[in-house]
Amino acid sequence: MSAPVIDTESAERVQSTAPAPRKRGKFSVHFAHYKWLYLLLLPGVLYFAVFRYAPMYGVSIAFKDYVPFLGVNASPWVGFQHFADFFSNPDFGRLLGNTLILAFLSLGIAFPLTIVLALLLNEVRLSILKRTVQTLVYIPHFLSWTIVASLSFLLFALDFGPLFLFINNVLGTDIDFLSDPAWFRPLIVLQDIWKNTGWGTIIFLAALATVDQDQYEAAIIDGAGRFRRVWHITLPGIRSTIIVMLILAIGQMLNTGFEQIYLMTNALNRGVAEVFDTYVYFVGITQGAYSYSTAVGLFKSLVGIVLIFGTNALAKRFNQSGLF
Amino acid sequence: MKIHNTTGGRIFDAANYVFLSLIGIITLLPFIYVFAGSFATEAEITRRAFFVWPEQFSMGAYEYIFSTPAFIRALVTTVLVTAVGTVVQLILTVTMAYPLAKRNLRGRQLIMSLVVFAMVFSGGMIPTFLLVKDLGLLNSYWALILPAAINPFSLIIIKNFFQELPAELEESAKMDGATEVGILWRILLPLSKPVLATFALFYAVGIWNDFMSPLLYLSDNSKWTLQMYLRQVTASSDLLGTGNVDPNYIPPEQGIKFAVIVVATLPILIFYPFLQKHFAKGMLIGSVKG
Repeated sequence: MSAPVIDTESAERVQSTAPAPRKRGKFSVHFAHYKWLYLLLLPGVLYFAVFRYAPMYGVSIAFKDYVPFLGVNASPWVGFQHFADFFSNPDFGRLLGNTLILAFLSLGIAFPLTIVLALLLNEVRLSILKRTVQTLVYIPHFLSWTIVASLSFLLFALDFGPLFLFINNVLGTDIDFLSDPAWFRPLIVLQDIWKNTGWGTIIFLAALATVDQDQYEAAIIDGAGRFRRVWHITLPGIRSTIIVMLILAIGQMLNTGFEQIYLMTNALNRGVAEVFDTYVYFVGITQGAYSYSTAVGLFKSLVGIVLIFGTNALAKRFNQSGLF
Repeated sequence: MKIHNTTGGRIFDAANYVFLSLIGIITLLPFIYVFAGSFATEAEITRRAFFVWPEQFSMGAYEYIFSTPAFIRALVTTVLVTAVGTVVQLILTVTMAYPLAKRNLRGRQLIMSLVVFAMVFSGGMIPTFLLVKDLGLLNSYWALILPAAINPFSLIIIKNFFQELPAELEESAKMDGATEVGILWRILLPLSKPVLATFALFYAVGIWNDFMSPLLYLSDNSKWTLQMYLRQVTASSDLLGTGNVDPNYIPPEQGIKFAVIVVATLPILIFYPFLQKHFAKGMLIGSVKG
């Protein structure tokens, strides 16, 4: 059975088992023969060297006292000083809590909803309806976070926002969704669902298309109803895709999305809104604490990598196919 | 396969159809409201709770924003940066993907590993910001284009696509004396038009929608893009420069927000059908395991 997943190495693996053509031989001859190809490759390689790998080297300032005048290399080393400062900072617990709560809300609500929506779409046999709904629910994915935030500002605006008035009519109370800290997390989750749930179904729908149709016929003959078929055939059929997507989602957990959070943060909700990404921005870019904020960013990346490898190992231990 | 539908199954189907239709409508409602609101009068916006059709059509909000130099500048800037950026990003991606698709090119494996590693780990916001600063790109539009010039995912998918094209095509071209560059230009690119169009649109949407890069790299607010302008208008009701209007004229404060959102969204909606035609397929080309 094939599960569509983002796979970057299958081509490589195929190649390594195939006989390698003309592997030995002088490199200069090889180079002369392929000089145009190497020339074409040059701009791309330069891009990766400058814009992807130089910043990775720049991460070393997390262990230095970066002085702009001296540059990354000449700035003095301070070891783990910035990390120690961060962990002993009262902000640390709050940031970790805010980040984790948003991450778990997204994982616990948005992720299952994506699967449910894909399953419901998969049950539709009226192809015009299916395609229309798909077309509509993909659209928000292509709108910017500034647009999503602006729409929220208008819809929940005090006194005349349609959703503000709707809630006011139903509950009879005024709720200031945009600045009441209690409503920050629901609002973020709601935006996330509106923007990304539809788009997220693509990969599950592709997986659902590969589920063996014969099993359904057998199940129907055995008298299984719709829900039993979904539970015993459809869901197990896309299990490997669910696991892969879950591992990827957990790896991205701490990337709460800088733009979304930044745009929805204001003076009143900052206490619950501030997450690692926005903290790095405020402390680093606006206050110039480059080394300290780089250490915070690095801490976040490392936790993300540990999470992704940890989940992968867990998935393998439970005899499921992991991501790698 | 023939499905013998039971009564329960039919009820489920009906409920499912209604539910999904509702989901589709709800998804679009906020935008329909804003579209309608952008043509409504200021009084109507604050008086009526929700509407998808204004009682009285007014172009006031559009007249106002299109008479504001700051808005025109942001719009023109965004269009130009998106156009140039998409071309630059597409050229860089294709020229890198093509050699990497050649199985017998040495060093290819190493480069691919480095590309994949760059997908998992990045320097993060501050080291990237310092690099852009050191390169003298602060307040330059190149800062919106170059740092994200090649998307590793797109690169790998385009590479795999090239790899899967039949090798006979190239061989016969070689027999006719075509060079590697000639093969790319005259044979592979015409064959890959749908895939390239998809990624061009993805890149274009990415630059058009980008808020973080201008926030980080453009401190000079005369260089702001549309997303920055939108943020300014909707978050702070600071109307960024006055239009060529009577100083006693009170601009339609809410209507302006509606109109700017529409202008920032419209190009996406116009290109969406072209994007949609290809993306599901394009996304899965070369990324399907097995």
